Amino acid sequence: MSLEIYKEHLLDLYKNPHNKGILENFTHEFSKNNPLCGDEIKIQLTIKNNKIIDVKFEGVGCVISMASTSMLTDKIKDMEVESAKKLTKENILEMIHIPISSVRLKCALLSLDTLNGALKNVRN
Amino acid sequence: MNFKKDFPIFEKNPDLVYLDSASTSQKPKQVINSITAFYENENANIHRGVYDLSEEASRKYKESREIIAKFINAKPEEIIFTRNTTESINFLSYTLKNLISKANSGKIFINSSSGKSQIQEKNEIVLTEMEHHSNLIPWQQFAKKNDFKLKFIPITKNYELDYKKAKEIINKKTAILAFSHVSNVFGTENDAKKLINLAKNNGALTIVDAAQSAPHIKINVKKIDCDFLAFSGHKMFGPTGIGVLYGKQELLENLPPFLFGGGMINSVSYEDAGWAEIPEKFEAGTPNIEGAIALGEAIKYFEKISFENIKEHEKKIFGYALEKLKTLKNIIIYNPGINKSFSVISFNIKGVHPHDVASILNEYHIAIRAGHHCCMPLMKKLGISGTCRASFSIYNTKEDVDKLVLGLKKVQEIFK
Repeated sequence: MSLEIYKEHLLDLYKNPHNKGILENFTHEFSKNNPLCGDEIKIQLTIKNNKIIDVKFEGVGCVISMASTSMLTDKIKDMEVESAKKLTKENILEMIHIPISSVRLKCALLSLDTLNGALKNVRN
Repeated sequence: MNFKKDFPIFEKNPDLVYLDSASTSQKPKQVINSITAFYENENANIHRGVYDLSEEASRKYKESREIIAKFINAKPEEIIFTRNTTESINFLSYTLKNLISKANSGKIFINSSSGKSQIQEKNEIVLTEMEHHSNLIPWQQFAKKNDFKLKFIPITKNYELDYKKAKEIINKKTAILAFSHVSNVFGTENDAKKLINLAKNNGALTIVDAAQSAPHIKINVKKIDCDFLAFSGHKMFGPTGIGVLYGKQELLENLPPFLFGGGMINSVSYEDAGWAEIPEKFEAGTPNIEGAIALGEAIKYFEKISFENIKEHEKKIFGYALEKLKTLKNIIIYNPGINKSFSVISFNIKGVHPHDVASILNEYHIAIRAGHHCCMPLMKKLGISGTCRASFSIYNTKEDVDKLVLGLKKVQEIFK
């Protein structure tokens, strides 16, 4: 890994994350922590007709985890639940678009793991 | 004094600024060479062989136990080789119940090492709020299994133990007091003598987690008068996979074995077995022979450079680091001060996650620790998810500290 992770756009998302906050009328939520650092993320979803119509997240973390959660929550807004369920590690790495060490991979994937936790309880 | 030259890793990695010795120390060449030498010249299993090679291996293994015993002022049979501090404490959490046996009345009987047997409702384990998970989770499990309560001596705003509260928390109900001698987060040296006295006065068993103190302070088990003490070889210039549990002879003799198998028996029939004397009773299976020998070498290295020199050198570097870090803007330091702590500085740069600090420093070949340091409840108490931690050893120099400070300024520039 190099200082690339501190590129301007990722730092911007760290300082001003998208979709941060709480949803009044969420239908699904899930919290998960990263045992490596103890960081915790909570994702709330409002799902209507099998579509994610709104999403917010809470929590603090490093640049990678905050940027990853920002970008993931942007991506899933207005997405069909089934499509969101199919998101993979590769999708996350593509979004972040910087080389990540194996240790920090956990930081990048905390957002996806948390989302999967929230989507697990969504019935078709 | 230049101790760096004794550690080959700095030859291979000349740019390395290693500030993670509280996690594991680097190894001097004497220790590394002793492992190769053992495998090249003396490798054989110990105890049972009657040929020269096995006798030589057995002799060296035994000699190492003697070196370690002398090092902490114990008897050789009071030294049990384990994998590390964690295993030493787990061993106790599995076996100690036998020294605290329940009487028919539901009250608990305790055989304390002071020789005084007491009948008391003894069902509390006292720990501190600054315990490493390795001296917390085994006791949580012990408490669940045996219906005991856990009590915690709180920390003060100055990252020390609250001894006033300790006096209330340690009482007649206390069966076990287990505490870290030096905190792996704050570097705080806890007053072992004071805590052990409180426990003794209440007939409790005492366990010292010396993982962070053994590399920096001359341990004297007679002087602090603890019942048990645990440390890891790899934090004090030895290899990984070798650790020590010290226990008072009369207590160890009354503890049942933890692991069963070869090497720990006296006689065996198809139906039953009798145990060997201590310490063999607790060392089932082929042990980490070269690890034990190498730990003996590590201790010889300590003695060669002397604790006075270690203390003087480390204090100089540690003091310099504390002073320099304090000059940075937007830094929070979690440390009680140079006279109350050893070689560990936890800190946070405001607005920057510890992992990001560590990643950026890594670009400058500076190795620090970032995270919860196996102290999740303590982090929660401090209201943070983690800290950055720089820890020092004899091979660190003022130049290392200067590089750290420069690296941290870079961090602040990036996050400006």
